[in-house]
Amino acid sequence: MTSPNLLAPRALRFMIEARQIYFSFGNTSALAGATMSVAPGEILAVMGPSGSGKSTLLHCLAGIFTPDMGEVWFNGERLDTLPDGRRTELRRTAFGFVFQFGQLVPELTVADNIALPLLLNRVGRKAAYARANAWLPRLELDGLGQRRTGELSGGQAQRVALARALVSRPKVLFADEPTGSLDTLTGELVMDLLVCLAREEGTTVVLVTHDARVAAYADREVMVRDGKVINRAELEVEVTR
Amino acid sequence: MLASVTVPLTLLGLLEREPSHGYDLKRDYDAYFGRGKPLPFGQVYATLSRLARDGKVIGGDAEPGAGPDRKPYAITAQGSKEFDAWLTQPIDPEPHLQTVLFSKVVLALMLGRPAETYLDAQRAAHVQRMRELTEIKRTGVLMDALLADHGLFHLEADLRWIDVTSARLTALAEMVRDS
Repeated sequence: MTSPNLLAPRALRFMIEARQIYFSFGNTSALAGATMSVAPGEILAVMGPSGSGKSTLLHCLAGIFTPDMGEVWFNGERLDTLPDGRRTELRRTAFGFVFQFGQLVPELTVADNIALPLLLNRVGRKAAYARANAWLPRLELDGLGQRRTGELSGGQAQRVALARALVSRPKVLFADEPTGSLDTLTGELVMDLLVCLAREEGTTVVLVTHDARVAAYADREVMVRDGKVINRAELEVEVTR
Repeated sequence: MLASVTVPLTLLGLLEREPSHGYDLKRDYDAYFGRGKPLPFGQVYATLSRLARDGKVIGGDAEPGAGPDRKPYAITAQGSKEFDAWLTQPIDPEPHLQTVLFSKVVLALMLGRPAETYLDAQRAAHVQRMRELTEIKRTGVLMDALLADHGLFHLEADLRWIDVTSARLTALAEMVRDS
């Protein structure tokens, strides 16, 4: 008989892992047996055409969606069977998120937006703003702390979003098309900062993108097609058969 | 028309499908790959002679009553191995390789090979090269960054072609099968 321990994820090997996960929107299948893993500190790009299931995969990995079947593991803990409260707590404390747009509160200032996750985690106001303001120079946002985010350029807004995602020092940063609304040079600046900061902080990154130039910032890429994950190692085996 | 380096390999691919005569090989080549620039008969026979000399194809006796172009050719195990290696291994990523990739895709479909897997492998090779160029961009001076950008944009154009072709493989397979 197989020992249950053998089925547990190797915590040091994988920070996050999906095992044969399935997910449907009504009768439409989005994931059909997706399997993948990300090592601690690794930056992984998830590529694929529109509708391939790559964003759904990210949402399952982040505990936002619960797969219909299969398992999601985070840092040695089975994520998909956790109670909602614990998953919400993990999303607030262990995960950071950057999306294409619409994630900042436009009526609040840059500093307010960055401090928000800390305040929600009951960090004292003074400490939260001190930590938030410390991120401004790291993201080339000096002098913009009191500016309302509705007044920022697209590139500035994404850098604020990146600071807000990283201020709680998450173990995993989930980024879904983080440069999708930016021009080439601005997008490159955002990606350069994302990679540098993730390396400095030791953050694991799951980066969903359809853009190969963005994926090229990652350590490794996987391809999602028809709800399944294809990785490079599998391709090398298949073409030499 | 394909780059001259791929003509022998393309003829090998056509022979991998079935033994054929020079005339039929030229007809198939022109139909699939010629694009208004037919392959000269002289080049077909010169290429077949070189392939036969190198042991990659074997020529049979000319059929009775037929002209010199009715000599049948078949691919050898050595030729088959060389073709297979060319078909399955990703090309070194560089600009303007679409014509080579195109011939690989058409031949793979013609032979019932996994064209989608070859395209995926090529995509992975391209992204790996883009990763190397991105690192040069991130760590190098502006001159290096601009040179890397030049390569990146060309590779990106190839990738778009790969993606579009991947999405249209079913239609292309039907076209190749029906022609």
